[in-house]
Amino acid sequence: MTEARPLTPGIAVEEPAQETEINLYIASQWQLMWWRFRRHKLALIGGTVTLIIYLIALFVEFLAPTDPNAYSVRYTYAPPQRLHFIDRTDKGIRIHPYVYGYKVKVDKVALRRTFVIDKTKKYPVRFFVKGTPYKLWGLIEMKTHLIGPVDPEAPMYLLGADRMGRDMLSRMIYGTRVSMSIGLVGVALSLILGILLGGISGYYGGSIDTLIQRIIEFLRSIPTIPLWLGLGAALPPNWPPLRVYFGITVILSLIGWTGLARVVRGRFLSLREEDFVLAARLDGSSELRIILRHMVPSFLSHIIASITLSIPSMILSETALSFLGLGLRPPVVSWGVLLQEAQNVRSVATAPWLLIPGIAVVVAVLALNFLGDGLRDAADPYA
Amino acid sequence: MANQDQDILLEVKGLKTYFFLDEGTVKAVDGVDFEIRRQQTLCIVGESGCGKSVTARSILQIVDPPGRIVEGEILYHRRNGNTTEVLNLAAMDPRGQEIRAVRGKEISMIFQEPMTSLSPVHTIGNQIMEAILLHMPVSKNEARDTAIDMLRRVGIPKPESRINDYPFQLSGGMRQRAMIAMALVCRPSLLIADEPTTALDVTTQAQILDLMLELQEEMGMAIMLITHDLGVVAEMADDVVVMYLGHAVERGDVDSIFHDPKHPYTRALLRSIPKVGLKARERLDSIRGMVPDPYHRPAGCPFHTRCDEAIPGVCDRIVPPRIPLGDGREVRCLLYTEEYAGER
Amino acid sequence: MADDLITRDEEVLLEVRDLKMHFPIRRGLLRRVIGYVKAVDGVNLFIRKGETLGLVGESGCGKTTTGRCILRAYDPTGGQILYRQKDGQIVDLSQLDGKALKPYRREIRMIFQDPYSSLNPRMTLLDIVGEPLRVNKIASGKELEDRVAALLRRVGLRPEYMRRYPHAFSGGERQRIGIARALALDPRLVVADEAVSALDVSVRAQILNLLQDLQQEFDLTYLFIAHDLSVVEYISDRVAVMYVGKLVELADTEELYINPKHPYTEALLSAVPKPDPRLRTRKHRIVLQGEVADPAHPPSGCYFHPRCPYARERCAKEEPQLRDIGGGHYVACHYAEELSLRGVIGEGIVAQ
Repeated sequence: MTEARPLTPGIAVEEPAQETEINLYIASQWQLMWWRFRRHKLALIGGTVTLIIYLIALFVEFLAPTDPNAYSVRYTYAPPQRLHFIDRTDKGIRIHPYVYGYKVKVDKVALRRTFVIDKTKKYPVRFFVKGTPYKLWGLIEMKTHLIGPVDPEAPMYLLGADRMGRDMLSRMIYGTRVSMSIGLVGVALSLILGILLGGISGYYGGSIDTLIQRIIEFLRSIPTIPLWLGLGAALPPNWPPLRVYFGITVILSLIGWTGLARVVRGRFLSLREEDFVLAARLDGSSELRIILRHMVPSFLSHIIASITLSIPSMILSETALSFLGLGLRPPVVSWGVLLQEAQNVRSVATAPWLLIPGIAVVVAVLALNFLGDGLRDAADPYA
Repeated sequence: MANQDQDILLEVKGLKTYFFLDEGTVKAVDGVDFEIRRQQTLCIVGESGCGKSVTARSILQIVDPPGRIVEGEILYHRRNGNTTEVLNLAAMDPRGQEIRAVRGKEISMIFQEPMTSLSPVHTIGNQIMEAILLHMPVSKNEARDTAIDMLRRVGIPKPESRINDYPFQLSGGMRQRAMIAMALVCRPSLLIADEPTTALDVTTQAQILDLMLELQEEMGMAIMLITHDLGVVAEMADDVVVMYLGHAVERGDVDSIFHDPKHPYTRALLRSIPKVGLKARERLDSIRGMVPDPYHRPAGCPFHTRCDEAIPGVCDRIVPPRIPLGDGREVRCLLYTEEYAGER
Repeated sequence: MADDLITRDEEVLLEVRDLKMHFPIRRGLLRRVIGYVKAVDGVNLFIRKGETLGLVGESGCGKTTTGRCILRAYDPTGGQILYRQKDGQIVDLSQLDGKALKPYRREIRMIFQDPYSSLNPRMTLLDIVGEPLRVNKIASGKELEDRVAALLRRVGLRPEYMRRYPHAFSGGERQRIGIARALALDPRLVVADEAVSALDVSVRAQILNLLQDLQQEFDLTYLFIAHDLSVVEYISDRVAVMYVGKLVELADTEELYINPKHPYTEALLSAVPKPDPRLRTRKHRIVLQGEVADPAHPPSGCYFHPRCPYARERCAKEEPQLRDIGGGHYVACHYAEELSLRGVIGEGIVAQ
């Protein structure tokens, strides 16, 4: 209803107000929210980062240089390489991306194998290179990767390699998909439960309300970590990874819906008393129309804000569960699963790059929190 | 007004209080002048958004940020025996020691909604005693006695037991009385009352207004009453300031304001109120249009957009100066300048 | 009040008989009912076609509840709401519900007090004013726009504002939007609940004038609920005074203001501040003692007796009934004929 349709013809505007003013007057709640949100710099940054992370999650196969499960015994715990662009050769300076190779050096005292960068070996790297074939979203057959070595056999570990010589960068990119989507799917599930039960609670009130509120209080009073541990341990170990994945989301949203249900109930209760809802009833609107047309638009924005704020806790929960070995299990790759590798001190000491997925978790959670804060502040542009 | 200097308690000169918001600067008070005489009642009357509350808050330096006083003087004449000391409240630091010594002790304030100034988690007795102990060198027991005495004087029945009540246990009228008790317990020389009866019913309003007059007679403080209700003004005021969009458009004694209003706004306002006893079904004279919103103040005289007597090309250009009319009366309207008197 | 006035008098549009609205007070885990707030406790009144009946009283006296019962926003717990349809048939609205009420929702409309909360901030004027037309399937599309435009024009707003949202308007303009919404279905009875109380003085006069113009133009009947006696006097033909859920007095406006018969009406009139400094009423003012009774625990006998300066023994024991003391002047006081009470005449001059 916001696009400027031509005004009723035949009526001259007496005193044309300034254009910006008119824009404000005909601005819908979403426009007003955007104008308010725009002023919140941190939230804008958070929103951009969130968007980038989800874009990464969407195009993992293309972005990851190799298959996350491709291993190489030759390069276990290989340290991160730097990507170089300026190539000084005998024939002069050439500008193209390349990485140096590795050279194994044995520490005589500790008798430990360590990798050093071997400047004599140069492996050219190319953007949009043809590499391991994959199916984008399981549909489109493709070979092109954003970046990769020209020679598929050449070692390229920009973020290092793990215990089995797998490329951490590829694994992290693949982990993004699982970790970020588990938040979304979990929230979607909580959303359905939360809106349904919160809505019933707030709209009907009375004893149904009391019952639902007691259930929520009960669920919230259970300490979450032991509950997850219990439920996570209860998942049959022979389940296929995909089913485990859904099992985990169900467990997470079992707790997650309570917060959302409270928000919805509170909004319903306060809106029920608003004069404009009474006005709609006196207009002769049906109950369904009152809810859908008059009440829901008033708290949709609040719900979006609280959803955004509940995704990070889902991500953290998944990470925690997987880290403890009770959530997702290899071969599924998530940030939590990757961090599991960094569980013992020795491997962290020798290969600190294994902790990089932790940084990804922190960045994603912070970005979503900032975005959610901004949305919450902008959620009620009429306050 | 003979012996003027002795008489004056507070002078406000060219007060300007602006709010600096992201959307622009709101000139809530834009040049207001008046004085309050000792033991007299000054009413500031105006519609919502005219700046009457901000004026009152400016006096005590309790304007909420991003608002602040940008110009003007607020001269408080403090009496020490026979000498009078003049303090400029506008120049004081809002969080400083000086203004805090004035606040609550020499000038106190009551609000429309008592719950804004009464804490819900302390008994009214504790809050009144706190006010006493803050400003006067007395013991706790003496403070308690004073508080009980004060509650009795504002007409709260059984004050010995009521003193232990929390504000939510009192009715609206009783809360307002408790707030008045708290405001007057240090015997201020000026009580600022910001719409003290707006939230109350007429019969309770009558009780509270009567109480204020009684206490004024008894304790001799001046009252600055902020209201939009011309009936309350007529009942209470000695002097009146009429405000419109941050300007004090007219001031004078109450009889001349009601019976010989000068400014077109005052005249229109008086015509637009239905009066009890007026022959029913006469059409009311209304003021056309709406109060402009504070971001879009009209240029020139702020009232010209709604004024029937506005001179085109003049009133929308020239900000009217203050024009003294004698007997302490003043009007801000170009029709009273020599140049444009002919247009009247 | 006489039995079934509405059946005898063709001119009566609505008669409320012994209307009761008791709200249960619930406590505890099981939400047991421990008592009732008797918000409306036996109200009798009638409204004639084309007139304005003012309903005054202090906050909590039940005037808003009475209005909402008539609108059937509440389900009254007792009594009748007799309404004369266009064809002369009389129907008891208190007995209807759901679908059966729908035709009457079109004929009895409401104007709200708060111009901010009564308009959905997320809907444009077109949607707000057009909603009743849309819901009742009266108009849609281009025709809806034309009708909304006409309504907006009629209440003094520019039709091209219909794409704007309420936040673009000031309090007075919003109240005009609310009036346009009430008028959208060609109502016969409009319940205006404190319709001008939230407005500034200068804007209030505009809205009062508008309401009067619309009444003449569309032959409307108003139930005008307000606490401001000067506004009620200005707009009403007859005035009803409520105290703690009951009607204490009902009479023609002039009669009631000049010659009140109930001590509460007298006190109310005397408490109104008169906008004329020459008439400072402090010396003559009757200042009521004490507070309005609690509708959950009303006093015995006449609810007003604990505060009444003229109360006698009988007042504490026996509840006075609303009765006609002649000339359509109804009053609920045992001693209405004996008391000589002061009203107001002329420009607020206190009669002796």
